[in-house]
Amino acid sequence: MKKTCIIIPAYNEAGHIASVLSGIRACTDSDILVIDDGSTDSTAAKAQGAGAIVIRHPFNMGYGVALQTGYKYAVKKHYELLVQMDGDGQHRAEDIKELCKPVWAGHCDIAIGSRFLSSAHYRLGILKSLGRRLFCTLIRIFTGERMSDPTSGYQCMNRDVFTYFAADSFPWDYPDANVIIMLDRAGFRIKEVPVTMRRNVEGRAMHRGLFTIGYYLCTVLLSILVTVIGKNGVADRSEGGSR
Amino acid sequence: MTIQQKAFAILVSILIFVIIISLVKKRRLREEYSWIWLLTGGLMIVLVLWYDLLLFLTHLIGAVLPTTTLFIFAILFLICLALNFAIKISLLTDQVKNLSQKISMMEVDSAKEAVESQPEGKGSKPG
Repeated sequence: MKKTCIIIPAYNEAGHIASVLSGIRACTDSDILVIDDGSTDSTAAKAQGAGAIVIRHPFNMGYGVALQTGYKYAVKKHYELLVQMDGDGQHRAEDIKELCKPVWAGHCDIAIGSRFLSSAHYRLGILKSLGRRLFCTLIRIFTGERMSDPTSGYQCMNRDVFTYFAADSFPWDYPDANVIIMLDRAGFRIKEVPVTMRRNVEGRAMHRGLFTIGYYLCTVLLSILVTVIGKNGVADRSEGGSR
Repeated sequence: MTIQQKAFAILVSILIFVIIISLVKKRRLREEYSWIWLLTGGLMIVLVLWYDLLLFLTHLIGAVLPTTTLFIFAILFLICLALNFAIKISLLTDQVKNLSQKISMMEVDSAKEAVESQPEGKGSKPG
């Protein structure tokens, strides 16, 4: 059995974190790391009470930075496999095993959970749906890969990938479709795995409002542009340190 | 250039010099950032005193009035300054992020160590 770490970036998730952690505990006995990104509620205390290792950021730095803290911790503690999932209960712990399988077996370096490959019907808003289509098309153009859910944060990766992410080249401001192109260009093998995601009942999506979604789209597009322009946009696989 | 314009420009340049030197002296401005302002003040004095150079520059960039040349260079200078600060802020943001991540991870390790060393201390009795 590979030494696995489940990382959960969380910001003001006191209402969900305990149930998310108990759900994971029921499915696996892997180490669970919660990265509390400067929450102002009791997220950290509840996560600690539920038996997770908790890293607390001194202030809010964003989803990408919280993820990267998890990658850095996993590198430092010599984990071999890493699963990342959200702290709002959208991702089901029951899918962890299926998500890990292809990485475990060595069929790919990173497995991305896709809500659009499963039989359950999942509908996005108009703007998000357009953004998803745009990212899918760009990924198809620049990598030749057919992706269905490029913005999914439910992922499982091997040590090579999270070591690569722990380096400075990781686009921590908006790690999204640009990361998939980056990984493909760096020679990592990517695979999508069908997962079922719950709808965000409270509507607390990370990107809300016309301006935020527009800014997010432009930033990711710029990041994709930087990635695809020449080889300089892609960091070497060995940049993250020893593998 | 009228004598009033010259006097005003020189006065402003000298004022910039005095303010910058005093800020550096009080350690409220690092030497690293002071030279660019001192250079600006110096350049203003040179252009005021050496009017022919300003006329030459005006002719070189195809401007009509020498004051336009001054404004163009002032705007260019401000753009370069803003870009320089944007680069510095990006670098500082990266450094703050890396530092915060390091401290956060160190706190977890030290908390773990404290928990591990606790039972030994509790169990041992003096004497």
